[in-house]
Amino acid sequence: MPTFVRTEKCDGCKGQDKTACMYICPHDLMKLDKDGSETGHAMKAFNQEPEQCWECYSCIKICPQNAIECRAYADIVPLGGSVQPLRGSDSIMWTIKFRNGTMKRFKFPIRTTPEGSIEPYADKPAVNMDDLDSPGLFTLKQSDLKGDKSQLICL
Amino acid sequence: MAEGTFGNPEIIEEEVDILLIGGGMACCGAAYEAIRWMEGTDITIKLVDKAAMDRSGAVAQGLSAINTYLGDNDPADYARMVANDLMGITRDDLAYDLGRHVDDSVHLFEEWGLPIWKTDENGERHDGSKGGALLKDGGKPVRSGKWQIMINGESYKWIVAEAAKKALGTDNIQERVFIVKLVNDKNDPTKVAGAVGFSVRENKIYVYKFKACLLAAGGCVNLFRPRSVGEGTGRAWYPVWNAGSTYAMAAEAGAELTMMENRFVPARFKDGYGPVGAWFLLFKAKATNAVGEVYMDKNKEMLKDYPPYGLAAVPASCLRNHLMMHEMKEGRGPIYMDTPTALGDLAKTLSKRELKHLEAEAWEDFLDMCIGQAGVWAGENIEPEKKASELMPTEPYLLGSHSGCCGIWVSGPTDLGAPKEWSWGYRSMTTTNGLFTAGDGVGASGHKFSSGSHAEGRLAAKGMIKYVKDNKDWKPELDTPVEELVADIYQPVKTFLEHKDYSTAIDVNPNYITPKMLQFRLQKIMDEYCAGVATWYQTNAHMLAVCEQKLGVLKEDAAKMRAKDLHELLRAWENYHRIITAEAHMKHIQFREESRYPGFYYRMDYNFVDEKNWKCFVNSTYDKKTKTWSLKKVPHVDLVSKPTAA
Repeated sequence: MPTFVRTEKCDGCKGQDKTACMYICPHDLMKLDKDGSETGHAMKAFNQEPEQCWECYSCIKICPQNAIECRAYADIVPLGGSVQPLRGSDSIMWTIKFRNGTMKRFKFPIRTTPEGSIEPYADKPAVNMDDLDSPGLFTLKQSDLKGDKSQLICL
Repeated sequence: MAEGTFGNPEIIEEEVDILLIGGGMACCGAAYEAIRWMEGTDITIKLVDKAAMDRSGAVAQGLSAINTYLGDNDPADYARMVANDLMGITRDDLAYDLGRHVDDSVHLFEEWGLPIWKTDENGERHDGSKGGALLKDGGKPVRSGKWQIMINGESYKWIVAEAAKKALGTDNIQERVFIVKLVNDKNDPTKVAGAVGFSVRENKIYVYKFKACLLAAGGCVNLFRPRSVGEGTGRAWYPVWNAGSTYAMAAEAGAELTMMENRFVPARFKDGYGPVGAWFLLFKAKATNAVGEVYMDKNKEMLKDYPPYGLAAVPASCLRNHLMMHEMKEGRGPIYMDTPTALGDLAKTLSKRELKHLEAEAWEDFLDMCIGQAGVWAGENIEPEKKASELMPTEPYLLGSHSGCCGIWVSGPTDLGAPKEWSWGYRSMTTTNGLFTAGDGVGASGHKFSSGSHAEGRLAAKGMIKYVKDNKDWKPELDTPVEELVADIYQPVKTFLEHKDYSTAIDVNPNYITPKMLQFRLQKIMDEYCAGVATWYQTNAHMLAVCEQKLGVLKEDAAKMRAKDLHELLRAWENYHRIITAEAHMKHIQFREESRYPGFYYRMDYNFVDEKNWKCFVNSTYDKKTKTWSLKKVPHVDLVSKPTAA
């Protein structure tokens, strides 16, 4: 389902050098057409290689203007359906429209902590350099590793 | 130096102790573990990602399950399952080691904010936002299989990346730089000393020198012609940006690859390639042929041809494909997932509220990780309670973290009784000194999935820190002058600028080939001669000989790829990596004179599993000067007891 940008909604992320969709696309597909020479729409983003789109929806979810949508792969899917999310800080809402008009709405949690709140090493043990070459991780002592070693037939 | 131009990029040289190449689960795990061990030392680190860490790697879109969480299971059983699914030839040391570490990463994810489904005391399931005890405190996950747990994973990668980014600090992260080559050491060619790449945003080339690096840039997608060749080309089952960079760069740096003949051909919902795991395991749906016969029951006898792998409680993945394709070839397709019967059966015992929840669960399975499949259902008017959906085996993928085991040969743990040849000192180091890998990079293991890749990155981080400490006084020196590296990387740009005005049509020019056309050629060759979908995954020595010849010429033509902008330069190098990976795949299939993975590929001239002669690893090395491969058998040993064929 290649993503496309709604002309009337995209504001090119207000003239910044890089748009949100360009920042996030894992496959380098989104591009800002600064002078309109590529699309006829200056200072708006577009998907420069739709046949390489994985439909991961990263651009759709991040767009501050909700300007990006999907049109299902034309070589596979009949026209008329749509799947559109609205991603918040702790949940995501999905609206699914079938070709025959049937609508479904779902809401799912996406995270249980506020975004940006992770303190990676808070309350975590310090390392002991003597353990560097032993099994285990800095949060998992060698003595706490699971496994019945009698199962290892070459020991 | 003045600001770079497209034809004359700025060169940035940096030296660090540890370079992390990639930003997916493995490198995020490595960053988290490494930084803690680096505290109080003067060791330096940098992570380089061709995309943005928040949404890079195979988990970019999210996931609906964590497929490796051991819980009460023993790592020995995990190693047994991995081995059976991959037809017996895996490294028990690597699987076991992963199995005993992986849960710790899952516990971190939950602590950081990943919602994990729970089962309450009445057996009812709840999504991960409803609280309840954490897994590490005894909370009961919702098991969709023996090893899998269900999550609300839309933001899985976002969460894991946040922890890694905070651990690293912004100064130690370089996004939108694509590393395309490793460089060996000038004085010791058995060592890696650097890596070079370019920015896809600015006219800049980056040259890194380091003591150790973690190469974890994913598996390989789109080296075979996909079933959909229009816009649907992008709807690969595995992420379309996985370009074989891990295998190609490692091979060129002299690292030994292993089991590159292995591939994964997932049987998925047709066209959208949506996940089937929850449908089979959680909703108990059956897959049938066109007339409603359950082919796994009907063709059960066929499993007896492949003992012991076909006789396990869960037969190997490739054999499940083998039984499915038998129905298709016999003319009883399409194959369907019978969703109406499964949901109907469940509805008999559920309340209205529970049924509503079940419907949401079924849709979430797609929306968390494969939204395109929801798009297919919407466009095709498929409501799963009313209409069954087609299944189809996909085009082949190469990977080492999911149900595949191709990759790089690495040094394993020393305390599990493995042969001494499997461990040469530093955990997760390849046969090239200083070069480490994790996730899709580690061969002969598999079934690590997202959590296991994170844990494996953490194990590699410890190995790298040890290596760096042991080589404190060693100074890396590149074996190739920087100017030469730069010229090589930017050759597609130079080719374009030199020849672009020769013809009036920018894409049709005898002096160059576009990366896109080169990719089409690669896909056509692999599809038609190396057991792609065009031949029902069948090949033989004669077809492979043609494949080898055509790939050789393609590799020559790769030197004439053009890049009209930085985006196309990215595609050019991705496709170069795909060619090297494809060549390794072809050489390994050619070398192994049996059909180890029926359902994934068939050597029709050796259409059987030959336990006597081929229950062994196949390892290969690439000589980048002569551009040729050397292959050898490496003995296989079981470290945990396994069923035998008898």
